[in-house]
This record gives sequence, structure tokens and C-alpha cells, in this order.
Amino acid sequence: MANPAAAIEHHGHTPTTTGLDHRKVAIWAFIGSECMLFASLISTYLIYKGRSVTGPFPHEVCSPPVCDHVMKPILNIPVTSVSTFVLLMSSLAMVLALAAVENADKPKHSLSEKILGSSKLWLFMTALLGTTFLGFQAFEFTSFVHEGLTIRTNLFGSSFFTLTGFHGAHVTAGVLWLVTLLAIDIRRGLKPKDAVIVDIAALYWHFVDVVWIAIFTLVYLIH
Amino acid sequence: MATTAAAPPYVATREASNTGLWSWITTVDHKRIGALYLVTALIFFLIGGIEAEIIRLQLMQPNGTVVSAYTYNELFTMHGTTMIFLAVMPLSAAFFNFLVPLQIGARDVAFPRLNAFSYWVFLFGGLFINASWLLHAAPDGGWFGYAPLTTMQFNPGLNIDFWVLGIQILGVSSLAAAFNFITTIINMRAPGMQLMRMPMFTWMAFIVQFLLILAFPVITIALVFLQFDRFFGTQFYELAAGADPLLWQHLFWIFGHPEVYILILPAFGLVSEVLPTFSGKPLFGYPVMVYSGMLIAFLGFGVWAHHMFAVGMGPIADSVFGVTTLLIGIPTGVKIFNWIFTMWGGNVRFTVAAKFAIALIALFTIGGISGVMHASPPADLQQTDSYFVVAHFHYVLFGGSMMGIFAGIYYYYPKITGRLMSEKLGNWHFWLTFIGMNLTFFPMHFSGLAGMPRRIYRYDAGQGFTTYNEISSWGAYILAVATLFFVWNFVRSRKRGAVAGHNPWNAPSLEWSIPSPPPDYNYAVIPTVSSRYPLWDHKGAVVEFHEGEPIKTARELGIPMPFPTIKPLFTALFMTLMFTGLLFIHKNNWPMAYTFMFGGAAGMVASLYSWLLSPLE
Amino acid sequence: MAHDSAADHVTHSDHVAMGEVKEHPTWSTYWKVAVILTLITACEVWIYYIPSFVAGHLFVPTLLILSAAKFAIVVMFYMHLRYDHKLFRALFTGPLIIAMVTIVALLFLFGHLAIHAT
Repeated sequence: MANPAAAIEHHGHTPTTTGLDHRKVAIWAFIGSECMLFASLISTYLIYKGRSVTGPFPHEVCSPPVCDHVMKPILNIPVTSVSTFVLLMSSLAMVLALAAVENADKPKHSLSEKILGSSKLWLFMTALLGTTFLGFQAFEFTSFVHEGLTIRTNLFGSSFFTLTGFHGAHVTAGVLWLVTLLAIDIRRGLKPKDAVIVDIAALYWHFVDVVWIAIFTLVYLIH
Repeated sequence: MATTAAAPPYVATREASNTGLWSWITTVDHKRIGALYLVTALIFFLIGGIEAEIIRLQLMQPNGTVVSAYTYNELFTMHGTTMIFLAVMPLSAAFFNFLVPLQIGARDVAFPRLNAFSYWVFLFGGLFINASWLLHAAPDGGWFGYAPLTTMQFNPGLNIDFWVLGIQILGVSSLAAAFNFITTIINMRAPGMQLMRMPMFTWMAFIVQFLLILAFPVITIALVFLQFDRFFGTQFYELAAGADPLLWQHLFWIFGHPEVYILILPAFGLVSEVLPTFSGKPLFGYPVMVYSGMLIAFLGFGVWAHHMFAVGMGPIADSVFGVTTLLIGIPTGVKIFNWIFTMWGGNVRFTVAAKFAIALIALFTIGGISGVMHASPPADLQQTDSYFVVAHFHYVLFGGSMMGIFAGIYYYYPKITGRLMSEKLGNWHFWLTFIGMNLTFFPMHFSGLAGMPRRIYRYDAGQGFTTYNEISSWGAYILAVATLFFVWNFVRSRKRGAVAGHNPWNAPSLEWSIPSPPPDYNYAVIPTVSSRYPLWDHKGAVVEFHEGEPIKTARELGIPMPFPTIKPLFTALFMTLMFTGLLFIHKNNWPMAYTFMFGGAAGMVASLYSWLLSPLE
Repeated sequence: MAHDSAADHVTHSDHVAMGEVKEHPTWSTYWKVAVILTLITACEVWIYYIPSFVAGHLFVPTLLILSAAKFAIVVMFYMHLRYDHKLFRALFTGPLIIAMVTIVALLFLFGHLAIHAT
């Protein structure tokens, strides 16, 4: 296989200059780029924090005359704590899925080895937990709208929905990616040589998770 | 954008037919994609040039009547947007595509189909943004699109919609290409091609890709806010809602300043290839050139607010950004001196390429010096938004980027086509460009200091701007003539230029060891590199091509080539259609909006899956 | 840059032998990391509900440190940066630093982190 560019898409082990897979180098560069994307969103949220001229507000009560009627702080910390936990656990499921693919060839004897070594189970769990997180987000968004906060209401609404919405869109893309991998796994079984395609999905997934770690603190907890 | 699914095992060695329209729209060959970029970007360069000529026609006399204020706004906005996003950036991309794999001794880029995708997105994005002319609704908010002036309240037409969506589309192209080239340069260097042996152009290309991946997300988000404000009623730039009018400016310039280096560093790289060859000497201070490039890029993220001194950020911010801006002058100055020392004591051959390269040194220095003047906030307050600034950035972008790119075109044309461009026509092109460019832009320093503001479509006879503007306009007409010489030379040399041979300039780097034009697989045997100038040092396992030797096909050599594919084109097309759907929202045509948006999105996802699940070769 | 030399180009396994790419950790490590992440999250939410702590000066720094710790743990263990090639570390930390400096600079410029002369 003389063409390294082409070859790498078939075998993870064809020599490249660094010995690393092209796709893994590219996904890390992509993640670096995403840092700036979320930095812009987060900065805007923080810059506009406390500058809305009308309620509802994230952490403060809004009373007349600023608002028509008294509005409670809108962020629901208990619910978001649970969804944060769900997303963290999805990262655990994701690493277990990758480990299962990396060790797909090793014989499994005990039941626990079989469970831990099932890439299908853990890919499914990751996608399920990701979907659960999205469900929480959908619940949060609709309840905000019922309480009178939309993307048009005030600066908080605009920056909050855009920031968390962008994150949600990333989770959605990740879920689709995971479902695709699951479909491939079910159809032909993922082998250790396929580890890299799970690895790049995993890196993306964990990155989306760490972005949420930052958002949870900066948006929800700090006030 | 990496492949998400494993491809089936290697099937067969198939050869693409390499002629005809179909072969061009399905190509995944980095050299052909480079050629597509080159020709497309040159056409956009001509369009942007025509816009500039109309601007100069309007300003030639006081109270010009050639165009209305509205059209004038469209013209200067589209001139800037076209030259930056559709001419200089893709011209640089043409060289990244053509040269980077050749210079590092690779057979293609890391992701050939993603590369084709980048090109098609660029083409469709360029067509999209220019389609606005057909509706006489071309963007008219300046290339910087300052919000809140570009919000619905102040600019309710489709003009800004075209601009916002067009830049968004073009951003996808640049980002996809950047991930591709970062991976290519890190991972596809030939044996022995250590980082510090890479040709300087590849180094500058490498640095620019990092600027791209870090700067473009910021403009993406600023544009998303503007898009949401315009289409969905968010309040990011709504002053009555408490929004800050500086938010856009900060986000824009966090992108905008690195963008300046995205425009100039590739030209620096090209000149660093041209000058050593025509001086017959290695590049002076190679490591310092690399480190100064990195330093320029790094500092480039810490100077953005010098575009905003006039908004009143306070003494601390002004001082910090003033100082970082002055600091950036140091590595840039280092580069200027290194080029001069490269020529010093060399046996300089004054070819057209060399002349353009030397012109870059001189003209960029002038632009650089006026740039350092802006670094001082008090001086900047006098110069900002005046023609002095217009003079400054045309010296760095025309005198710098375009001169470097012309040098690159004359230098690499024989490698791309196998034929030399005419030196005689080239000399006409060079001297007319050099004279025309200085006549156009040098008087702008004076009209600017005399108080002529940018972006005005008329001035009065008694304001003291008349003579300067007249000279500028005559300069611009000379530039138009010069460009005609270039176009003629470019077109005629394709068939009638002298046959070049594989190394017409006696150049030192790897790309000159293979036939011109190179075969689709580039290197029959991947070279082993053991020096920075393999063809001069005759070290390492670099086999130079001998003229007259038969060039074998990939099949004869058993080199598997990637399949041509139309899927990246479809993915790009559907993505553009998806963005187009948003335009209908402002016409309240929701059925069309939904059809385009959801149809485009579905088509894009479908062609993306089909692309990623099909084998590369 | 050892991994750039011609010799390294030949075989991939050399890199592993040189210890540049360590083996990924095992299941038990992953579970332990998950427990730690859960505990930190619980801790974050817990201090959010202590009014006296929220009123104090330490509230914001504590939360920032806790989330930075979580961020670092996920990146090091789940994204394997602790084990993988140093190139990946550079590709991630470089942009991350520029991103964080940009956020801080913007907060200064918009007066959220004013420098107080007094």
C-alpha cells in the first residue's frame, strides 16, 4: 500500500510521519477549533450577564416595575444537576465502549467481562444517556418558555438559548454519530482495527461533555 | 469531518479518465483542485477589480455621478469581501493545495475528498454572495459588517442576509481545508522531512491553518448572533435591550486581525521560495523565519482591539493593544531583513517572479510602517476611518499579498502547466502593476491625512481631495491595463508558452524533482529527505526526473489512486441550498424557506453519509 | 523531535516501544474516575445551597477550581491525553489557552473584571 493518504482509511497502522492516524490528528485540531467556538459563546453569555433590561433573570427575582409581575429566578438547579450527572455518565459509557472495541478480540469468560466487553451495550448506553440529556434540555427549554423566557425576551434569553442550544446541537450530532457506529457494530461487529473510528467519536463526545462542565458552572451555579 | 465508518478492504486499482468536464467536477486530486482554486479565485479577483475600477471612476471627480450612494455602498462592501474571501484567501488556498503535498513529498492530502468539498463550498459560497447583484441587493454594510448597523432595524433588505450567509458558507470551506492541511503537514511528510526541513511555504501554510481554525469559529459565532437577530428576533445587537454596540466589533476583530495574517503569511511563504531560488542561495536565517512566523501568528490573537482605538476603551486597553501591535512589528521586520540578506551577495536573476517578490519587500515595508503608525492610539485617532488607512491596508494586501501571489504564479506556473509564462508580457504586467499600484495608493496617504473619510461616495471640489483622487484613479486604470497583460499571459502561455522542463529555475525543493506537470501520483518513489535543499545538496534518496523519460501511469506503478467522486460536490451544493432557504424567511415565503432548509439539510446529510460510507480508492 | 526522524517513519510499533503512546487505562480506572467526577459534581451543587458560602469570597473561585478539576480529569483520563501522543496535547492545550485568554480579555474589556486602582 504505497499511498499513505489512501491507505490510512483502510488500515490504522500504515506508516504516517508521526505514526498517528490521520483522523485522530484531524479530530484534535477540530476540537481545538471548537474551543474558540464555545469561548465566543461563553464570553458573550458572561458579558451580557446582568445586562438584561427585563426579566426573567437566571438567579435573581424580577419584580415590578422591571417586570410586569414578580418572576422567580428561572434556572432550575436540581433538574440541571441531574442532567449534568447523566452527561458525565454518558462519558463513562463512551470510554467503556471504546475499551470494549479495543479488546473485542480478547476472550471473555465471566458474565461481568461479557457485559464490560460489549461495545454494542455501551454504545447504546452512551446514545441513550445523550438522548436523556437532550430530553432534560427539551423539558428545560419548554418550561422556560412557559415561564415567559424565549430567545427573544431579553439578552439573557438570547445568549442562554444560543449557548445551550449550540451545545445541544453538538450533543444531537454526537448521538447521530453514535447511532451510526452502533448500526455498523450490529451489522458487522467492530473489531480492534476499527478502534480509531470509535476513538474519534469518543473524543468528540467527551469534548461536548467538558464544554457542559464549563457551562454548568459558569451559567448555572455562579451568580 | 473524518470518516465515521470503516471502508471495505482495498478493492482494485482503477484509473480515472483525466479529461473532460466530468473529470474536473469529480476530481479529488490536490493538484487539480489547486488549479480549480487558482482559476476561480482569479475570476473573482477580476470581478473585485472591476468593482474597484467603478469606485475609482466615481471618485475621480468631485461630486461624481457614476453610481448612487446605495450602489457605492454595495461596491465597496463587495470589493472588500470579494478580494479578501474570494480572491486572496482562495489564491493562497490554490497554492496550499497544489504545493503542500508536493513540497512534503506526499501523494495527496490526508483527506482528498474533504479537499474537493472545500473547493466546492468555496465556489458555491462565492456564487451565492455574488448572486445578490442579480437582485441589486448586494451586501452594503462594509466587509466588517458592523452590527448594529447591519441589524434589521437599520438594514432591512436582503443585502446583509446575503453577506451573513455567504461568509458563513465560505467559513465552512476554510475550516474544512484547514483541518485537512494540518493533518497533511503533520502526518504525510516523506521520510526525513523533519519539521525544520520543510520548505518555508509549507511552514507558513501550516501556521496559517492554525490561524484559520482559531479565528473562523469566532466570526462564525458573531455571524450566528447577527443571523439570529435578523431571522429569529434575538437581541444580541439590540441596543434598546441593553446590548453592547462593541460586542460585534470585538468578536469581529478577534477574527479580523488573525485574518490579516491569514492573508499575508502565504505570500510571505511564496516569496521565501522565490528569493532563494533566484538568488542562488539558501534562505537567510531559516529557523528565525519559522519562529517569526509563529510569533506573528501568536501575537496576532492579542492585537485585535487596535482596530477599535476610536471607540474609547480606556488607557489600559489602549496601552496593552498598542504595545502588542508594536511588538508584532519585530518578527515582521526580521522577515524583511532576512529576505534582503538572502539576496545579499547572491547571484540575483531578475525574472518576473523575482521582481514581484522584491516588490513585496519594498511595498509591504511601506504598508508595515504606516501600520506601526496606527499602533499608537493618539496617531490612530487621526488616521482611523480615513483614506490613510485605505492606503495602509492596500500596501499590505496589494503590495504584500497580491505581489507575493503574482510572484508565486509566475514561479509555479511551469510546474502547474508544464509551460513557462512569457517573461516579456510578465515584465509589462510587473512594471505597470508596480507603477499603477503606487500611483493609486500612495496619494491616499495624503488625501487621508487631509481628512478624506473612507466609504464616502462623494466629496466637494473645495475640500482639497481632488488632485489626489484624480491621481489615484489614473493609477487604478493603469492597474486595469496591467491586469489585462496578466490575463493574456496566463491564458496564452497555457498552450503557447515555452516548454518548461521539470526544474526551469534550478530550484532546490522537492516539487522540482518531478515532471511538470506532475503525474497524478506525484512521486513514483517517495523521496527520502536529508536536507532543506535536496536538489542543491544532492543528498538523500531524491531521484530527479530526467527529461524525455517516459512517465508511467499509476496503474503501471501499482499505486492505488483515490476514486473520483461527485459526492463532495453534492454535499457542498445541498449545504448552500440549506443556507439559501433562510433568505426566503424575509420574503415571508415560508413554504420555500422550509423546502430549501429541510430539503438542503436532508440532501446534505444523505450525500455526507453516502460519501463517508463509500471507499476512498 | 524524536518522532520526526526517518527511522521512526518506518514502523509504527517503534513509537509504542519508545513509550510515547502508553496503553490506555483499564475499566477499573474509568469507574474510579466516574466516581470522582460524581463526587465533585455533588460537591458543586452542595455548596450552591450553602447561603453563607455563596455570600463569601470563596464561592466563585471554589466553583471555578472544581469545574476546572472535572474538565482536566475528563480530558486526561477519558480523552486519554495523559496517555496519548504529546502532539494531541499540543493541538488541544494551545487553542484552549488562546480561548481562555480571549474570554478573560473580553471580560476585562467589557468591565466585568475591572482592575481597581485603590
